Amino acid sequence: MNLLAYFRSAALRLFRRAEISEDVDAELRSHIDHRADDLQRDGLARVEAERRAHIEFGARERYKEESYEALGGNFVQTAVQDVRFSGRVLRKSPGFAIAAVATLALAIGANSVVFAVLNGLFLRPLNVPHSQDLYSLQRGKDTYIVQSYPDYVDLRDRNRSFDGLAAYTILQAGFDTGKNPSHVWLYGVSGNYFDVLGIQPYLGRFVHASDEHGLNSAPYIVLSYSYWHGHFQDDPGAVGREVRLNKHPFTILGVAPPEFHGTLLFFSPDFFMPLVNQQQLAGWTDLNARGNRWVFEILGHLKPGVTRAQADADLSSIGAYLTKAYPKDDDQASFILVRPGLHGNFFAPAIRAFLVGLMLLAGLILLAACANLGSLFAARAADRSREVALRLALGSSRTRILRQLFTEAFLISLAGGAAGLWGGVMVLHWLSAWKPFPQFPMNIPVNPDATVYVVALVLALISGLLFGALPVRQVLRTNPYEVVKAGSTARMGRGIAVRDVLLVVQIAICGVLVTSSMVAVRGLARSMHTNLGIEPQNAMLVDTDLEMAGYKGDDVPAMQKRMIDAMATIPGVISVGLVDTPPLHMGWAVSNVFSEKATDFRPSNAIAQVVSFRVSPEYFKAAGTALLTGRNFSWRDDRHSPNVAVVNREFASRILGSAGGAVGKHFKMPDGTRVEVVGIVEDGKYTANIAEDPQPAMFLSILQIPASDTWMVIRTNLDMGRDSQQVTSAIRSKLRGLDPGLPSFIQTWDEEMNGALFGSRMATASLGVLGVMGAMLSITGIFGMAAYSVSRRLKELGIRVALGAQRREVLAAALGRAFKLLAFGSAAGLVLGLLATKVLAFIVYEASPRDPLVLCGAVLAMALLGLVATWIPAQRALQVNPLALLREE
Amino acid sequence: MGDQAQLLPGTLDLLILKAVSLGPLHGYGVLLRIGQISGSALLIEQGALYPALFRLVRQGLLKASWGISDNNRRAKFYELTTAGRKRLREEQDGWNRLAAAMTSALAARPEEV
Repeated sequence: MNLLAYFRSAALRLFRRAEISEDVDAELRSHIDHRADDLQRDGLARVEAERRAHIEFGARERYKEESYEALGGNFVQTAVQDVRFSGRVLRKSPGFAIAAVATLALAIGANSVVFAVLNGLFLRPLNVPHSQDLYSLQRGKDTYIVQSYPDYVDLRDRNRSFDGLAAYTILQAGFDTGKNPSHVWLYGVSGNYFDVLGIQPYLGRFVHASDEHGLNSAPYIVLSYSYWHGHFQDDPGAVGREVRLNKHPFTILGVAPPEFHGTLLFFSPDFFMPLVNQQQLAGWTDLNARGNRWVFEILGHLKPGVTRAQADADLSSIGAYLTKAYPKDDDQASFILVRPGLHGNFFAPAIRAFLVGLMLLAGLILLAACANLGSLFAARAADRSREVALRLALGSSRTRILRQLFTEAFLISLAGGAAGLWGGVMVLHWLSAWKPFPQFPMNIPVNPDATVYVVALVLALISGLLFGALPVRQVLRTNPYEVVKAGSTARMGRGIAVRDVLLVVQIAICGVLVTSSMVAVRGLARSMHTNLGIEPQNAMLVDTDLEMAGYKGDDVPAMQKRMIDAMATIPGVISVGLVDTPPLHMGWAVSNVFSEKATDFRPSNAIAQVVSFRVSPEYFKAAGTALLTGRNFSWRDDRHSPNVAVVNREFASRILGSAGGAVGKHFKMPDGTRVEVVGIVEDGKYTANIAEDPQPAMFLSILQIPASDTWMVIRTNLDMGRDSQQVTSAIRSKLRGLDPGLPSFIQTWDEEMNGALFGSRMATASLGVLGVMGAMLSITGIFGMAAYSVSRRLKELGIRVALGAQRREVLAAALGRAFKLLAFGSAAGLVLGLLATKVLAFIVYEASPRDPLVLCGAVLAMALLGLVATWIPAQRALQVNPLALLREE
Repeated sequence: MGDQAQLLPGTLDLLILKAVSLGPLHGYGVLLRIGQISGSALLIEQGALYPALFRLVRQGLLKASWGISDNNRRAKFYELTTAGRKRLREEQDGWNRLAAAMTSALAARPEEV
C-alpha cells in the first residue's frame, strides 16, 4: 500500500471528519442524480426517476459508512475504542486486573532494580569526558591495582600511549575551618589529575602539574561540589580561604563540577588534594619507596588512534624496563588495561558475575510472571469464548477481536510496567542514598537513567506481547456456530497443554529461586557462626588517627598508652587493645615474609605473603583471639628489645613447618629485620571477605613498629544491645578529656562487621526477595490452574460424588494433574537450583548445595507452596453438591 | 436478473481498475462502463461500488478530483495512478491464468483423465 496516501487519508479523516463526510455524501448524491437523469431520459417523470434511482442504489447509509471505513485512517479511532472497551472489561473483573498488574509490577520492578544496579556499576561509563578510551592500569601479576609512586612517575613519563596518566589515592584527614574539626575523606591526586580527565572547575581553578615542586609543595585543595554545598553553603567566597588539614594550612583553590564525584564509582571524596602533600596527612611518605604500593589507581585516556594492543605492548616494555632496573621492587612487573571506576579486577568480576546471575533470575521471574498471566489470559479467553463467538457471528473480524485482546494485554502490561518502575525507582533512590558503611562516604551509584526507563518499557511491552499471544490460537480456532450451539464447555484440550507446560516451567523457575535463596541464607547463617578468630560481641571499636591530631614520633605510643589507660577506667570495660586495622575491615595490610637465611629480598624470593597486623599487648584478650601456645606481647616488647611476632596457626604450619614447634623460630621482613615467633594464636578471617580461605597472618608489636592509625578494641561485660549508647558517650567524654582535637569514630564491633558481611548479606537479601517473589508467582500460578481445572470439572466431580466416590478419589480426580505438574516442576527446579548454587559459592560463604538441610528445606518449601496454592480449590472440589450441580444445568 | 452472474469476491476491484483505465470516469460512469464492457452480464449493486472506489483511492491505485459531468452536474472523477496501472496489469495476468486453468479444468472429459 502507498504509505503516504494512507497517512494522508488517515490524517484527513482524523482532522476533517465533517468535511469528508460531506464529500462522501455529495458523491453518492451525484451518483443518484446521474442515474435519475438516465431514467428520466428513458421516459420516467423526474419524481419517479429519483425514487427508482434511490431504490436501485441500495442502503445508502450503510454504503456511506462503509465508504468512510474504506478511506482508512481509523487505526487511532479503533485503538481508542479498543482501549475504552478494554478498560470497561477490566473494570468488570477488578480482581483479575489487580492481580495481573501486581504480578507484572513486581516482576518488572525487580528487573528494573537489578538492571539499574548493573547499569550503574558496569554499563554506564564514568562521568568524565571521553570515558570510552579511559583506562586504569593494573599490575598483571597479582591483579592488584595499587602502585608505588616512583612506578607511577615512570609509567607517566615513559609511556607513549596515553594522553597523560593521572593517579589518585584515598586519604582521610581531620579538617578544620576554624570551628569544629571534622573527619573527612579525600583523594590525594597527581597534579595532572583534572587535566588528564578533562574536567573544568565549577568555581576557582583546579590543581595543575605545574603546582607540584616536590614533597609538601602544593598545599591546595579542591572541594567537591557536594561538600562545598553542604559545608560552605554555596559560598563563592570559600575559594581562596585557608583551612587546616591535620593542623597543616591548605588553601581552597576551587570547586569541582556537581556531576563529578571522583573516579571511583562507589566512593565520593569530600575534596581533592595534591598527592605530593600526602605526608602531611598520613605522617609518612612513600613518594620515593618503589616497593611500597599505595597509589590507589593510575588512569588516563589513550591517545587518539592508539589501540589497546599497542598500549599493552607499550606497557609491557615499560614493565620489562622496571623489572630490569629495579629487580628488588619491580620483579616481573607487567601492566594490563582495565576499566576504571571499580578498583580494577579486584572484586569487580565477582560482583559482575553475581549481578548477571541476579539479572538472569530476575528475567526468569518476569518469564514466570508472563507464563502466569498468559495462562490467566488463556483461561479468561476460554471463559469468554461465548462472547468471542457471538462477536464473530455478528460479523466482527478475528483480527479485530485479537486486536482488542492485545489491547487488554498491553493495558495491563503498561500499567504493571509503570507501577513496577515506580516502585523500582523508589528502591533505587533509597539504595543511592544508602550509606552501608557509616564512616565511609561510600554510596551505590544506581540512580535510574534513561536506559533504565527504556528497558523497563521494552520489558513491559515484550511481556504484554508474550502473555497476550497465548490465547491467539484459541481465538483463531473458535468456531462461532459450535460454541453458540454447545455452550462454553465445548472446547479443545490443547490450549490446556500449553498452560501445563507453562506451569511446569514456572514451578521450576520458582524451585531454582527457592533453592538458591535457601542456600544463600544457610551460608549466611553459617558465616555468622564460623570461627572468625575474634569475638565481636560486647566489644566496641574506636577508630582514631593520632596523625590527624598532630601527634608525631614518640608522642604516638605515649598517647596510645594514655588512651588505653583512660578507657580501662570506664565501668564495665574488661580489657582494651590497639590494632592498626581490625580484622575483616577494608584496608588490611599484606606483607612478604622471607626465610631466616634470606639475603635477597626481591618479592619473588619471598616464602609467603601474609596479612599483617600491628597490635598492643592487650589486643588478643580484648579481641577474644585465643593464644594457643607461647606468650603474648608485653609492654617490654618495644624498640629497645628484639623484634617479635605472634603468628596464627596457618602461618606456623604452612610457613614454619608445624604449629607445635613454631615458637622460637625466626623469619625475616622485606627490610631484612629478623623476627622471632613468640606465640601462636588461632586462625581467623582477616581480609574484608568472610568467604576467604585460611590465610597466614602475623601480629607485630605496635610498640616496635608504631602506627598512628589506631583502632581501640574495648571489651566490656555489658550487653551492647542495651548499653552501647552509654558506653559510647563514656568513651567520647574520656577521649575529649585527653585531647579535644582528636577525631574519632565509635561503634560496636558488630556494627563494624557489617562491612565484612555486606557482600553475603546483600546477596542473601536479593536472593531472598527474588525467592519470595518466585514463590508468590508459583502459588498464584498453581492456584489459578487448580481452581480453573476444578471449576471446569465441577459437573464431572458432582457425578463422581453422586456415584459414591470417596474424598480421596474426588481430590485425585480434581487435583491429580496439578500435583503431578507441581512435583515435576519442583524436581526440575531443585536440580537446576543446586547447579546454580555453584555460582553462589563465590560470594556467599560456604554456599554448599550438598547440604541436607537445604535439600529438605527446598522440598518442604515447594510442598508447602503446593499445599497453600491448592487448598482453596481442593475445598471447593470436596464441597461439591451433586444435587445442586445437576439441577443447575 | 436471471442471466446476470454474481461477482466473485475480489473481482470488483479489478473491474473498476479496468473501467477507469479506459479513461477518467465518475462513479456512475464506472458502473455504466462496467455494464458496457461486460455486456451487462455482471450484477453489481450500485452502492457497493463506492466502498471499493474509496479503498482503491486509499491504496493509492486511483486518484480522484471533482469536475463537471456531461449532464452538467458536479461529479468526482477517478483515474488510474502509476501504481494503479501496474496493479491492473498484475491482476489481469493473474486472472487470465486462473481463468485459463479453470476453463481447461472444467473442459476435461472422462476419457482425458
